[in-house]
Amino acid sequence: MSMPVLFFYLYAGAAIAAAVMVVFARNPVHSALFLILVFVNAAGMFVLMGAEFLAMILIVVYVGAVAVLFLFVIMMLDVDFSRLREGFLEYLPFGLLIGFIFLAELLLLAGGWVITPTVTKTITAPIPAGVSNTEALGLVLYTRYIHYFQISGMILLVAMIGAIVLTLRHKKSVKRQNIAEQNARTKEAAMAIRQVKPGQGLSDSDAAEWVR
Amino acid sequence: MADFFMTNLLPLLIVIGQSFLLLTILLITIAYVLLADRKIWAAVQIRRGPNVVGPWGLLQSFADLIKMVVKEPVIPSGANKGVFLLAPLVTCVLALAAWAVIPVNAGWVIADINVGVLYILAVSSLSVYGIIMAGWASNSKYPFLAALRSAAQMVSYEVSIGFVVICVLLCVGSLNLTAVVEAQNSKWGMLGWYWLPLFPMFVVFYVSALAETNRPPFDLVEAESELVAGFMVEYSATPYMLFVLGEYVAIATMCAMATILFLGGWLPPVPYAPFTWVPGVVWFLLKAFFMFFLFAMAKAIVPRYRYDQLMRLGWKVFLPLSLAMVVIVAAVLQFAGLAPK
Repeated sequence: MSMPVLFFYLYAGAAIAAAVMVVFARNPVHSALFLILVFVNAAGMFVLMGAEFLAMILIVVYVGAVAVLFLFVIMMLDVDFSRLREGFLEYLPFGLLIGFIFLAELLLLAGGWVITPTVTKTITAPIPAGVSNTEALGLVLYTRYIHYFQISGMILLVAMIGAIVLTLRHKKSVKRQNIAEQNARTKEAAMAIRQVKPGQGLSDSDAAEWVR
Repeated sequence: MADFFMTNLLPLLIVIGQSFLLLTILLITIAYVLLADRKIWAAVQIRRGPNVVGPWGLLQSFADLIKMVVKEPVIPSGANKGVFLLAPLVTCVLALAAWAVIPVNAGWVIADINVGVLYILAVSSLSVYGIIMAGWASNSKYPFLAALRSAAQMVSYEVSIGFVVICVLLCVGSLNLTAVVEAQNSKWGMLGWYWLPLFPMFVVFYVSALAETNRPPFDLVEAESELVAGFMVEYSATPYMLFVLGEYVAIATMCAMATILFLGGWLPPVPYAPFTWVPGVVWFLLKAFFMFFLFAMAKAIVPRYRYDQLMRLGWKVFLPLSLAMVVIVAAVLQFAGLAPK
């Protein structure tokens, strides 16, 4: 038993335990936090496999951005816990049935699965020796797989624009600031300095100019 | 068994020892950074600042530490206890974890990993959880609102920090922080560091770092005049202290990152005789402290941004600017034949 093996069991065990807690936690926010724990443990296992780039990207993208959005949404929802548990028994048989089918299929797959011994030789883009995996990934991502990479980027861009178009509303009633106009304001346009004599105050015409 | 000890446990023990050493030095440094922050702020406002505990107030931070630790931590009865106590720990531990990959001198680093820069980005993107968890677990409106807006703020500025870092990485050709510093080693000394060729990015990094660490003028997270104390309004005693500690460690991390990315890390400003005799760690600390001085001066001088101004600056100014710079830097490196192999 070497250190990597110990760490593998640590991360794998923690990931499975956290995944179970995602399902069983009563509070949705706790579920989301456990999901984050699953992501972090998965990143740990990536590191053990020597895929440190994937590990870091997993944390930056999924934990740092996607899961934050999950948490945002869940926290903003007004969750009624009693209604959540309502009808639990009604849905239970269906849930169990679907879960059982999944389990059976997974077991069949795992039982009948044989890894081809020559699979490592059939890799279309083998990892060149002597470069870190970040570099190896970059070498194929921007050359061999450039089209797939660009297409996935385009899909994300379209999705982003779509989300903005769906939610963007220009309300006439909302006052908006024109930043350029604000920055263009000069001292002369924005303020007036008046010497006020004690006990006399400003004349009406002065005051009118003051409020301008 | 002896084999197992030599190959596995001994390196582990060495790493633990190094970590403790770094932790101790870092925490003591933070104590004085905190004091320096207050002293600089006071000097700008022509006050004396803390000057009672110890000579010139040098022991003020330790007095504060003892005060915080012996106070009673109050947990609101409506709070979600576990998450409430976890939040300050997350903030503090994540902030400290970033220091595992920061080299303070050639070879003086606990984990010299290939993806050091990404690790720092990953850890700093995680630190938003401390704030969200604290805001939600307090079960109160002010912390919750503050947590939402500070999470939005941190996520926004992370994007431009990411692009700034990519600009530097394009020039270096490696994600390793030691390699980043070594790439700035030239016979021109400080003129060869990246602050000069990438000056706009240096400015963007500095301002984004202020926003990322919730420093004034972007301290909308705390904004004591409008949000009481932001997401940590329900916190007291040790948990509160952990938040403040985490915040200052994050500031120190950002200063160290600016030093490594733009100010040549431990390299001497002039690569000739009297300057090269000084140990690298001294240069590193001087540069990091210079960055911190800029942070402290921004706090003392600049009034707080409004929230919409903050968002506009992040998304409509810094993001397009840094994105354009990534393209320009990449194009210049490629077509001028300067790209690292």
